[in-house]
Amino acid sequence: MTAVPELAGLTWVRVCEVDAVLRGGGVAALLADGTQVAVFRTQHDEFFALSNRDPFSGAAVLSRGIVGDVGGVPVVASPVYKQQFDLTSGVCVEDGGVRVRTFPVRVADGVVHVGSP
Amino acid sequence: MSRTVVVAGHGMVAHRLVEAIRSEDTDGQWRIVVLGEERRPAYDRVALTSYVDGWDAGALALPGADYAGADAVELRLGDPVVEVDRAAKRVVTAFGHVQPYDALVLATGSRPFVPPVPGHDLPGCFVYRTIEDLDAIRAAVERARAGRGRPAAAVVGGGLLGLEAAKALRDMGLSPHVVEMAPRLMPLQVDQGGGALLRRLITDLGLTVHTGTSTEAIEADRGRLCARLGNGTELDVDLVVFSAGVRPRDDLARQCGLDLGERGGVLVDAACRTSDPDIYAIGECAALEGRVYGLVAPGYSMAEVAAAVLLGRDAAFPGADTSTKLKLMGVDVASFGDAHATTEGALEVAFHDAVNGTYKKLVVSENAGASRTLLGGVLVGDASDYNLLRSLVGSPLPADAAAMLAPAGADGGAVGVDALPEQAQICSCNAVTKGAIVKAVTEDGCDSVPKIKACTRAGTSCGSCVPMLGKLLTACGVEQSTALCEHFAVSRAELFEIVRATRITTFSELIAKHGKGSGCAICKPAVASILASLGTGHVLDGERATLQDTNDRFLANLQRNGTYSVVPRIPGGEITPDKLIVLGEVAKEFGLYTKITGGQRIDLFGATVEALPRIWRRLVDAGFESGHAYGKALRTVKSCVGSTWCRYGVQDSVGLAIALELRYRGLRSPHKLKSAVSGCARECAEARGKDFGIIATEQGWNLYVCGNGGATPRHADLLVSDVDTDTLVRIIDRFLMFYIRTADRLQRTASWLEDLEGGLDHLREVVVDDKLGICAELEAAMAEHVANYADEWKGVLDDPEKLARFTSFVNAPGVPDPTVEFRTEREQPVPVLLGVPEVVSR
Ligand SMILES: Cc1cc2nc3c(=O)[nH]c(=O)nc-3n(C[C@H](O)[C@H](O)[C@H](O)COP(=O)(O)OP(=O)(O)OC[C@H]3O[C@@H](n4cnc5c(N)ncnc54)[C@H](O)[C@@H]3O)c2cc1C
Repeated sequence: MTAVPELAGLTWVRVCEVDAVLRGGGVAALLADGTQVAVFRTQHDEFFALSNRDPFSGAAVLSRGIVGDVGGVPVVASPVYKQQFDLTSGVCVEDGGVRVRTFPVRVADGVVHVGSP
Repeated sequence: MSRTVVVAGHGMVAHRLVEAIRSEDTDGQWRIVVLGEERRPAYDRVALTSYVDGWDAGALALPGADYAGADAVELRLGDPVVEVDRAAKRVVTAFGHVQPYDALVLATGSRPFVPPVPGHDLPGCFVYRTIEDLDAIRAAVERARAGRGRPAAAVVGGGLLGLEAAKALRDMGLSPHVVEMAPRLMPLQVDQGGGALLRRLITDLGLTVHTGTSTEAIEADRGRLCARLGNGTELDVDLVVFSAGVRPRDDLARQCGLDLGERGGVLVDAACRTSDPDIYAIGECAALEGRVYGLVAPGYSMAEVAAAVLLGRDAAFPGADTSTKLKLMGVDVASFGDAHATTEGALEVAFHDAVNGTYKKLVVSENAGASRTLLGGVLVGDASDYNLLRSLVGSPLPADAAAMLAPAGADGGAVGVDALPEQAQICSCNAVTKGAIVKAVTEDGCDSVPKIKACTRAGTSCGSCVPMLGKLLTACGVEQSTALCEHFAVSRAELFEIVRATRITTFSELIAKHGKGSGCAICKPAVASILASLGTGHVLDGERATLQDTNDRFLANLQRNGTYSVVPRIPGGEITPDKLIVLGEVAKEFGLYTKITGGQRIDLFGATVEALPRIWRRLVDAGFESGHAYGKALRTVKSCVGSTWCRYGVQDSVGLAIALELRYRGLRSPHKLKSAVSGCARECAEARGKDFGIIATEQGWNLYVCGNGGATPRHADLLVSDVDTDTLVRIIDRFLMFYIRTADRLQRTASWLEDLEGGLDHLREVVVDDKLGICAELEAAMAEHVANYADEWKGVLDDPEKLARFTSFVNAPGVPDPTVEFRTEREQPVPVLLGVPEVVSR
């Protein structure tokens, strides 16, 4: 399980129970400031969080993409135009100049949290 | 001022000429006047025999042959030219129309040769060249059917055309006799050995062959005909079809005093010019440097040459390849090069396999040593080596001739494509050599068959060389991967068989046992689709939800702003007023944009994720169900209004469309499936643009398959005709299941058929004739699908766990995505376009 070290200035926002995210799936969370975060769970029960907004279409839909891997690197494919994003860095696989924002995630007591600045 | 070129005759070759002039005459030098004898524009005479399949003359149409919208072309049909006045430079038609010309092109083709035997002109005697000829033969067959006894027919002439005519008669349900003067069938194309095998194979198909005998007389005999043969045989028949060769129609040239060829035909030089410099002749009526060609390809070459010369360019007939390959009633026959070993000193090597019914002969030069030159050959029963061998003509044989004839797989077997010389023609339709293809692969980076096709045009016409393209790629060291993606090394079709055989029902198990990694946006939906085709549970059960593309995941269609559209099923496009009202009410209540789709239903746009189940609740309660607009699945079966209302309809197209849509609803497939049913030949439902389309006939239904609309339109091909509803449904069941099992991921039926080795014939063998013996299995698979169908929307509404996932935010259920906004356009809501957020750069 990924445990992100406590970072100064971060607020951990409770998102959902671990079981609410299917293995190999994603969900979206709404932060207090209106930011939308997509939280993914890989086949190996690692959790990652990216901005929910697809940079190519502007639609807030990345959490609804298919989770998989490219050469072992975990990715999500945007459901709109199918570009893939590296879950660890947010970098677009097809266009390295494009990156979506990443968020820290942690799981504590069976609950998923994302770090909000 | 443009000059006028008059074209006498509107056959295949004349049409090619007009097209060639139109495409190259960019500055409008020529006005074209075409004067044709037949009542219809040029059609595909080569495919004439297929007219029997559906009696649909439209299917033989040549694209653009009516020159609609072409101002520079005037087409006058049904009025032959009867006189050429060279001094006044004008022609006169049978109706007395006088047409001046600056240039005249004779493209009058040939007429069937009818041997002058007594009785050749009795009622019941026919020739075989035009659509009208076939209509007349059909009428005679029908009259004979109405009479006493089994109808019978004789075909005089056992050459290519005679066997075509025999095939047509057989397709009309007769078992014709074929009478050939020469000692064997197809004497021009095949030799004694090949002819003997051909005779055996054709006899097995129910034809009776009489060779080495003439037809002495035809006599009327109590309402029927009696054909008396030279060998004493008497055939009691209802009709006689003469197919004993053709003669060039050179009467106009004779009348106006042009030079003729020694054995007839309008004499022309290599530029297609007659003895009058303003008159040209092309196609079967021309004797080019004395020689008449009875095939369409040399005619097309002449048309291109004449067009170029008319436009002031130098051009000369490039010579003709009279090689032929055809499939006669399922029997392959091919001959190429010097098939009869007429070259001095030519030697023959033959391989006759009576058990498997194949005959192959190569003709080689006599020069000693290993490197003999291939001169020609004959193949009967199996012509799969035709392209390869023909491309070798004129080149040294890469292996011992006898070894090359041995069946592939045997020791030292057939020659590989790598042994071919650079200049060997791989695609003869588009004249593409091996060298050109190798260059495309090695220098231009073509690493797949589709890329080679796009780059060189090889394989884009008849397609018979496509397997060789694949072999060339391999020979160039390009590995053609059929792997689905980096996670599965097998193709979709192979994966389908694995899932079917192992009965694995989850993606995790499948990838653990037969793949690697954790999957991706290619293999996950592909596996989800395979699992759904094999019919196990709801598409959103457990882990399966994570395999689906967003459309299948939310059972609706994602739109650009992240909302979805909802399409309830309206089978056959038939809907009650009450249901229409419900759709209107739902759209109003949820603020949805509504639009009528091309598939005769109604699309409701702008639903957020959390609104979907509430919308479905209303729809399901009113008797609607999912229309699968989101799935790679059956979409709609469109219909015209049919015989219930329409004055012209011959069958109940709406009833059939509804039955088919309800039968195949929910069927997951490699790509979407569309269908339509038309109630008569007017085809208002546009069935031939569909994956499977049905057109009503007086007798039943015609089934067309593998059509496509969209960016690469393709007319569907006729699979079976005049079948009853049960037969129709059975064949569609098999067709769909066969496609689902064997197609690639996201491959529509049209490109699947293109890739299918053996094409339409093979498809028919599998799903109609059951050659692979799998039809019972395919039908059973479909029966299971039909029995297990359940509405996917209702499946979500009835399952709280699935319902809970229909929320935009896991931590704020019920709150819609705040970035979704609408504005009003033409009184309806449409999305406010989202600014693309600033992309974070590295
Ligand atoms: C059943 C069948 C199968 C065939 N199969 C093959 C095959 O597999 N491969 C192959 O290469 N070839 C095949 N052929 C031959 C091929 O059809 C011909 O080579 C081709 O049609 C010749 O074209 P054309 O335009 O020269 O002549 P045509 O197609 O005969 O057209 C000539 C037209 O001119 C019209 N005409 C004649 N005189 C006049 C006049 N005075 N004024 C106005 N109009 C006139 C005629 O009515 C006709 O419409 C087949 C032919 C038949 C009948």
